[in-house]
Amino acid sequence: MSPLSTLTPLTVKKPSPARNRLHGGARYAPTLATVGLFTAMFAVGAGMYPSFLSGQVFLNLFIDNTFLIVLAVGMTFVILTGGIDLSVGAVVALSMMVSATLLQQGWNPGAVIVLVLLIGGGLGLLMGLIIQYFDIQPFIVTLAGMFLARGLCYVISLDSIPVNEPFFTGMAQAQIPLPGDLFVSPGVLLALGIVAVAFFILHHTRFGRTIYAIGGNEHSAMLMGLPVKTTKILVYALSGLCSAIAGILFSFYSLSGYSLAAQGMELDAIAAVVIGGTLLTGGTGYVLGSVVGVLVLGIVQTFIAYDGTLSSWWTKIVIGGLLLVFILLQRLFARKAA
Amino acid sequence: MKSLLKHRLAWPVIALAALLLLNQVFRPDFLSLRMQDGHLYGSLIDIMRNGAPTILIALGMTLVIATRGIDLSVGAVVAIAGAASCAYIAASPDPGSPATAAMAVLIAVIAGLVLGVWNGFLVSAIGVQPIIATLVLMTAGRGVAQLITGGQIVSVSNDHYKSIGAGYLFTLPISILITAAVFALAAVLTRRTALGTLIEAVGINPVASRLAGLRSRNIIWIVYIFSAVCAAMAGLMISSNVTAADANNAGLYIEMDAILAVVIGGTSLAGGRYTLVGTVVGAFIIQTLTTTVYTLGIPPEVTLVFKALVVITVCLLQAPKARNLLSRLNAASKPAAEEAAKEKVAI
Amino acid sequence: MNEIVPVVEMADIAIGFPGVKALDGVDFRLFQGEVHALMGENGAGKSTLIKALTGVYTIDSGTIRVLGEQKRFSTPGESQAAGISTVYQEVNLCPNLTVEENVLLGREPRRRGSIDWKGVRSRTREVLAELQLDHIDPGSLLSTHSIAVQQLIAIARSVEINAKVLILDEPTSSLDADEVNQLFRVIRDLRDRGVAILFVSHFLEQVYEISDRMTVLRNGKLVGEYLTRNLSRMSLISKMIGKDMEALTELDQAPARTRASNGAAGTPFIEAQGLGRKGSVSGVNLSIHPGEVVGLAGLLGAGRTEIARLIFGADKADEGTIRIKGAGQKIRSPRAAIDKRIGFCSEDRKEEGLIGDLTVRDNLVLAMQASKGWARRIPRRVQDELVAEYIEALDVRPANPDALIRNLSGGNQQKVLLARWLVTHPELLILDEPTRGIDIGAKTQIQKLVNQLAADGMSILFISSELEEVLRVSDRIAVIKDRAMVAEITNDDVSVEDVMTVIAGGAQ
Repeated sequence: MSPLSTLTPLTVKKPSPARNRLHGGARYAPTLATVGLFTAMFAVGAGMYPSFLSGQVFLNLFIDNTFLIVLAVGMTFVILTGGIDLSVGAVVALSMMVSATLLQQGWNPGAVIVLVLLIGGGLGLLMGLIIQYFDIQPFIVTLAGMFLARGLCYVISLDSIPVNEPFFTGMAQAQIPLPGDLFVSPGVLLALGIVAVAFFILHHTRFGRTIYAIGGNEHSAMLMGLPVKTTKILVYALSGLCSAIAGILFSFYSLSGYSLAAQGMELDAIAAVVIGGTLLTGGTGYVLGSVVGVLVLGIVQTFIAYDGTLSSWWTKIVIGGLLLVFILLQRLFARKAA
Repeated sequence: MKSLLKHRLAWPVIALAALLLLNQVFRPDFLSLRMQDGHLYGSLIDIMRNGAPTILIALGMTLVIATRGIDLSVGAVVAIAGAASCAYIAASPDPGSPATAAMAVLIAVIAGLVLGVWNGFLVSAIGVQPIIATLVLMTAGRGVAQLITGGQIVSVSNDHYKSIGAGYLFTLPISILITAAVFALAAVLTRRTALGTLIEAVGINPVASRLAGLRSRNIIWIVYIFSAVCAAMAGLMISSNVTAADANNAGLYIEMDAILAVVIGGTSLAGGRYTLVGTVVGAFIIQTLTTTVYTLGIPPEVTLVFKALVVITVCLLQAPKARNLLSRLNAASKPAAEEAAKEKVAI
Repeated sequence: MNEIVPVVEMADIAIGFPGVKALDGVDFRLFQGEVHALMGENGAGKSTLIKALTGVYTIDSGTIRVLGEQKRFSTPGESQAAGISTVYQEVNLCPNLTVEENVLLGREPRRRGSIDWKGVRSRTREVLAELQLDHIDPGSLLSTHSIAVQQLIAIARSVEINAKVLILDEPTSSLDADEVNQLFRVIRDLRDRGVAILFVSHFLEQVYEISDRMTVLRNGKLVGEYLTRNLSRMSLISKMIGKDMEALTELDQAPARTRASNGAAGTPFIEAQGLGRKGSVSGVNLSIHPGEVVGLAGLLGAGRTEIARLIFGADKADEGTIRIKGAGQKIRSPRAAIDKRIGFCSEDRKEEGLIGDLTVRDNLVLAMQASKGWARRIPRRVQDELVAEYIEALDVRPANPDALIRNLSGGNQQKVLLARWLVTHPELLILDEPTRGIDIGAKTQIQKLVNQLAADGMSILFISSELEEVLRVSDRIAVIKDRAMVAEITNDDVSVEDVMTVIAGGAQ
């Protein structure tokens, strides 16, 4: 009848999909690499300078970087959802300016701290709302936020304002003794406390798991019924809050308010987070890794200080180099996984 | 009239005109120009001359953004270019000669080329996200600049070098002429060749472009090189203006101004169609803003807050949601609003 | 299937978008303890119906009842709360989280405010054991598992939620035979436990294997509801495509092919052997001679576009070879294919064809310009001539080369895209659904054009879901079914019915 030249129907063999080769344990790899890097750097330092190998040198890394640790924590939250916050440095400066000015006018330190936290959190919340409801890229909105906060600093005062208030000066000079003739500052305890809270939120609350889910696959998270919109707004509020706290800590450290302070600190925070193993695309990373990232940045500074001959600009170059290395590693991981 | 208003340059131009008018109202001699010693002077000239570096960088930034990218490293490139040229002049046997100045210029341009190749390599060959790729140079770059200057502000005295930023030629400041030349070059290069159209194609629909046989790698490389060279030339202008290289402060935040100029001028951050003319208008607006603040007697510290508010307003106006809101106030767009309401969830 | 009250009852559902009525008066019933297949071609309304049920779209009119209660779903969360759970083709889980986290995401048991991870672990083990999936490690990262296992985990999540309705949207596209069996075992288990399962798939054989009942949609309207065992494959296909038995014989007119068939003579321009790619298609043998039109026939989702993409280098093949004019070639990118004189007019013109904000002119010369590189611009005068020529030849309206292509109607956009490839004078032109969404007049023009091009010596691979169209233009027809090539027919007095028979899987 009809000249059908039918081939023997082939056995329908469905091709099997490519499998993700990343073994489960590999998810810790980037952060472990950072820990390894830190240890290696410390070891090298100890080898080069005998006085390097001291507990106090290690603790100084924390003491000198309390504000950056808190900033990195806030930045981790934002980056885990796939966003970014460029305003953190400016908000730190704004917090310092506001506190210095109000303290100078005789305000109660407790009230000042509360107000500063409200300002930071409020600004973050505002940015989060604009990002979510107007669907504008976080880069631009937080950039505008940076301008706004920095601009407000200039408006408040162009000169440096000293802080003489007893609570703040007390915090600046206090030393909490530890066994072995070591000490830390109260700021360190506060910073580590915040790290602990952040860790708890990210790993033991639904809010935290939602953050990871959004970074992993926002569309899926939404389809699974998670409160994606609210969470994305809140992470910016959290980041603003952390910036405010970091500003307070920086005030403890420097006992002044200066409108040009903390310039570029947002880059340090981002670098610390990336070096700490968090992917800028979101969904992967640990807040403890970010802390180690801060320590790495701190140890680079320490090296420079110890050397004496190396100038401070090497810090920037080395950080840029480290950033590059970790970005390339992340790219390599992504290629392998695909 | 209505179709003229609909032109995408309409609002930026109107905004600029309004700003200039505002200045004229407060300072009656604002728009006037005078000739002295064969040179043209006036507030408008000042705006153009001060804004020349920003315009230059914004031109490069426009093409990068058109490919859906971004270049955060331009400020660092400014610093490096200024540092390299001034360091060369300072170390050369004949620091005042025109040959030295010429060599310095060449060095700066080559620095820009090298850095542009580096950025392009990361983005197109390795496939790193543009924000992150250029962040590396942004972070390390100023350190490199400081390395070159040895942490000092390197002052030079070379009249030929100085003329780049401060000199005059044919009655106009040289920096304006350079910027105009680069603008012309960019316009010709992108419109006389197919480069402009291909850049837009890659930015508008990279998938369709690939299926049409476009190899985006070279195009992306070119735009990053152009951006860096523009930044290097801006660095020359900035350092020659003060005949010194300040690795810390040269070009600080200029990438932000450039990005703003591009966005205000009408090119979308999402990539695709771009407008060089719009960018120039946008850069003028930003520069005039600074002048306006001064003219109005507002303390200069407020400039930054001003800028922030302008950025937010412009971005809000450009955001599709805001446009939907605005058009919903026009009942004519009901179906669009219904469509938007139907899909409760952005899929 | 023993409850009188359906779990889900949708009555007279209508959903419209500007210019198109996606669903028009559709009824749908789903009972407990059944596997129900939703069948229909592209644009039939299947995914719209599902999105209405899952709260992604709001309905314009009609009612939805769940266990008798009327419901209004405006968010996916509300639909889930009513007991309706969906597993999508792309497995919407979070690959960066572990199995147990995914199963319980958003519903983790808590103790004094913090997540009780031990509880999470034990509950996950419970659920996996219920589905006989104990071998899956709850603490392992989701991305370390194959798509098949990820799907099972998504189903486990639905079970954990105690879903009354489980919607499976194209669950087997990326699965091999063993994995399909495993999936079907789980489905049968769930069905026997009373869950209502809505199964959407293009794989005919699987639908017949697993489903109890079927609902067929066509063009947004309900065709009917049937018991699977009472509906033959032929009847199903004809209901989906829209012909009934008598009408088929009537429509069996002689195809409008005036070209003398070259037959498969001489060296083919292109010869593919064993071509395939993981997760896509496999074992494809295809050859096309100069001046020959080979049609790919098959249902949507069968794998025709995938084959086209492999030949064009849009996707890289894992297995098999391609010979062009007798010489072996590796086609790794569209650029490479175009250099070998192949052109590809894609099916999804919006996402893969149009450069929306550019003009008709720019879109038309794009491929040609890409070949020349950015430095050598096609002179404006030449562009104008070419564009004018093709606008006229293809009757593009409005005949304005400076119009933005996104403002043209679909049909005219398609013509411009077609012109983009014709301008490059390819030796092989792949056309994927070139007449979809186009008016009759334009359709005929394009079909005539195909004939003309072949008569002038071009090889053409013609993909279309409309069988009459395929028959009208093709010299030979390759039938694609379930991701593999099942037959090759010479178009000599072949009818639509014959082709449908082959698709259905049995000789008449």
